[in-house]
Amino acid sequence: MEKKKRIRTAAIIIAAILVSLCLLDIATRLCVPKYMSGALDGAFIAEYYDEKLPHDVLFVGDCEVFSNISPVALWREYGITSFVRGSAQQLIWQSYYLLEEMLAHETPKAVVFNVLSLKYNEPQKEAYNRIALDGMKLSRYKLAAVEASMLQGQRDADTGEVVNESFLSYVFPLLRYHSRWSSLTSDDVKYMYGRDKVTHNGYYMRVDANGVSPDELPAVRPLDDYTFGSTATEYLDKMVTLCESHGVELILMKAPSLVPHWYDEYEAQVEAYASAHGLRYINVLAAANDIGIDYETDTFDRGMHMNLSGAEKVTSYVGGILSDEFGIPDRRGDEEYASVWAEKEKFYDDMIAAQQKELAELGHLVHFGAVG
Amino acid sequence: MLYTSAEFIIFAAVLLAVYHTLPRVCKPYLLLLSSVIFFASYAWYNLPFLIFTVLVTYAGGIAVAKVYERGEGEISSGEFDRETKKEMRRRVKRRAKLVMALTVTADIAVLAVLKYYNFALHNANALLHFTKNESDLFITLALPLGISFYTFMCVGYVVDVFRKKYSAERNILKVALFAAYFPQLVQGPFSRYDETGAQLWSPSDVGADALSWAFLRIAWGYFKKLVLADRVAVAVNALAGDADAYRGAYALAAVVLYSIRIYADFTGGIDITIGLSEALGVKLRENFIRPYFSKSIAEYWRRWHISLGEWFREYLFYPLSIAGPVGKASKWVKKHVGAGAAKRFPVYVATVIVWFVTGIWHGAAWNFIAWGMANCVVILISQELSPLYEKFHAKTGIGEGGAWGAFMIVRTYFLMSMIRMFDVYADVGKTFSAVGSIFTTFNYGVFFDGSMLTLGLTGADYALLAVGCAVIFAVSVLGGKKSLRERTSGRYALRVSLSCLLAVATLVFGAYGIGYDASQFIYNQF
Amino acid sequence: MDTILQLLSELHEDIDFEECDSLVNDGILDSFDIVTLIGEIADEFDVQITADKITPENFNSAESIWSLVSELMDE
Repeated sequence: MEKKKRIRTAAIIIAAILVSLCLLDIATRLCVPKYMSGALDGAFIAEYYDEKLPHDVLFVGDCEVFSNISPVALWREYGITSFVRGSAQQLIWQSYYLLEEMLAHETPKAVVFNVLSLKYNEPQKEAYNRIALDGMKLSRYKLAAVEASMLQGQRDADTGEVVNESFLSYVFPLLRYHSRWSSLTSDDVKYMYGRDKVTHNGYYMRVDANGVSPDELPAVRPLDDYTFGSTATEYLDKMVTLCESHGVELILMKAPSLVPHWYDEYEAQVEAYASAHGLRYINVLAAANDIGIDYETDTFDRGMHMNLSGAEKVTSYVGGILSDEFGIPDRRGDEEYASVWAEKEKFYDDMIAAQQKELAELGHLVHFGAVG
Repeated sequence: MLYTSAEFIIFAAVLLAVYHTLPRVCKPYLLLLSSVIFFASYAWYNLPFLIFTVLVTYAGGIAVAKVYERGEGEISSGEFDRETKKEMRRRVKRRAKLVMALTVTADIAVLAVLKYYNFALHNANALLHFTKNESDLFITLALPLGISFYTFMCVGYVVDVFRKKYSAERNILKVALFAAYFPQLVQGPFSRYDETGAQLWSPSDVGADALSWAFLRIAWGYFKKLVLADRVAVAVNALAGDADAYRGAYALAAVVLYSIRIYADFTGGIDITIGLSEALGVKLRENFIRPYFSKSIAEYWRRWHISLGEWFREYLFYPLSIAGPVGKASKWVKKHVGAGAAKRFPVYVATVIVWFVTGIWHGAAWNFIAWGMANCVVILISQELSPLYEKFHAKTGIGEGGAWGAFMIVRTYFLMSMIRMFDVYADVGKTFSAVGSIFTTFNYGVFFDGSMLTLGLTGADYALLAVGCAVIFAVSVLGGKKSLRERTSGRYALRVSLSCLLAVATLVFGAYGIGYDASQFIYNQF
Repeated sequence: MDTILQLLSELHEDIDFEECDSLVNDGILDSFDIVTLIGEIADEFDVQITADKITPENFNSAESIWSLVSELMDE
């Protein structure tokens, strides 16, 4: 009897602990932001894990990759398989660890890094850290990225508040998002166990245009110091070493954009770095005119990000270089690839149609991440 | 390491795991080491102050004991008549008293300088105007963690040795662990050496009963602190931050919300302290007995922060009220004023001093002194009125149960909660004005027109608060007749399940972390 | 002993001090009562009860108070 009772007690205790863990799992799934309507940025990074086939080119960087390079267009024109791993204001160490994670799973022919984020030497904003890192699966790369990214007494770039992030909250996101319990929406229930795809191999599509003419832009403010910070350059060095050790070609790129201003001093440093390390540097910003980019029609937010029309021009230009100079193979003849990419093309075309329909009906986009 | 920090929870978990695998003889050393780490995690550079107090207290105890030993030796060495022996004893006691007083002075001096120097300087300067840049003379050190607690505990130890309640400790590490034992550094309770000292050095075995209860108590403490106290703090701060704007009904809201906050915060913290200590095999004294059910302020102070009240009674109130000078003054009063006044005199003098010290113990500021004095006045008035009450009860036959009892409880709750506002507004004038406005500004519509939702709490927050308070009330009622510990005795599965439930609820509904502002997650720039 | 009972009943009329042995523990005698009582005892018996003698055990019943007083008178 005594023994029976003891077993019963032990069983209840174990059950209680298991039930609690399940409850915490459910609470976590409910409370983490889903990014399925409104701003979509936080959903980008995780989409890499759905990829079934490897890629020949990986793009890493900030918004200048995710809104300017279209892997589907690259496939259509050159048969190049690629993925874009970029997120809002993704800092170079985040790009580095995302790249390291990807290189542990696949070995592409080339990696393209967009250089804009070199100007940041410190974490800027907790929310952007989250957008970049929450989507990563738990791994040593994620932990390293978190360690490098956390704001520890720095000020938020927008609000100016001093922020102290907690490491644990990246491992257990409930610690970060639990306060959403009172503002959950139907999306939070709907996407608990799986989310919709919002990008096209990491490309964030927008068909709408909200252009700007170069002379409308505010005057360029001179900076006190144009030198890239030591942390940023250190991670660029690490990226060079990482690619070398995997036998992957590292290519630098600067996307076309009018805002924020790309200073000549930045440009000079990137050029010097590229030549010192024997890296190819593709400056699409400088080539913008030649490839027919018109900032009045090719951006959706007044010169910051390319829309579909602009992105396809950039992609075409970069793809030409990848194909001609680096001999990235055309996989269109491979049936396995062709069937997987046919699906991607369909999703791509369907979204173009859907966005154009909404644009025609309303005059502007409201879905597809068009907020504010 | 705050109780609510991840560091502390990891620290406590690792400590418990290591602690229970160590042989018994090693345990006190681990406790001492952990206590030093805990203390140093706040401000390591304050360690010398702690060490000084430990050294002084230890040496003082030994010195008092030596005086007694030598005295006894002298008395028993020769043939003295009774009167001489009495006189010799008296002399020994005087010497012991001197040593005790010196030790106590040294202990208190550290506290006084670190905690009250700036306050004293500021007030002296306001009177005498001797410097324009008084802040240059301020001490800008962080106070050593728990100094107000461990200093008083050390004083109690030396006084007890002087009173021969127990003998002086010969092992300095035992005194050190008594003073620095980390669970009680944050907010007490005050321990007595004869209660915890021995336990700390030979902790009892922690069985399933103690452990399951300890976990439940810790989980309950965190629940109160994180879900209720820290949540309601937002509104309390908003209300207290602009006392001139938030008057009348708002001030009443502040009174009630702060009573929730301080109750949940303080009793929650003590639950964590006592629970953790129990998991370490050390039983600390209870600090609260359902205080909001008190029927008078005097009773309230026997049920709220009990260990503080006891300390003040034992080491300040009694010594003061029966001290020679007070007795002499009392005789003078008897001669010149009357017997009634003379009878009251010692009690009044001691009460006023005790509450002044209690006030300033809580913080070096006038609002705390005013808070202490307000308590004092209410207690003395109700003392004067108590014969009237007794007559009232005798005549009407209305007892202290039923509706009248409920009325007394509610009255005491509001009276205490209003007095506590000195602590919230941190300004004597503002407190009088704001609490007074409750009775003069009739804007009670703000309870119903959504104004309460502008204080940083949403409707969901208020709902959560209501549920939390209902749970606390239910737990208090359940634990009234028979303690919950007895009620759940042997029911480990129930205790663990409840602990898990509380932990999950706290993790989800706790007001911790940096909060979520959806607009921050919209990417609006490079 | 009778004097002690007399002093106690002056403090609280309605308590049976001969029977009760938990005066302090049950909160019948509060700190004010104890100080008043000590003052009265000092007048009546010419003994000074010092602070270290103020323990619940010494004040829980009329009998224990009386034995405390007699002990002090013997010294």
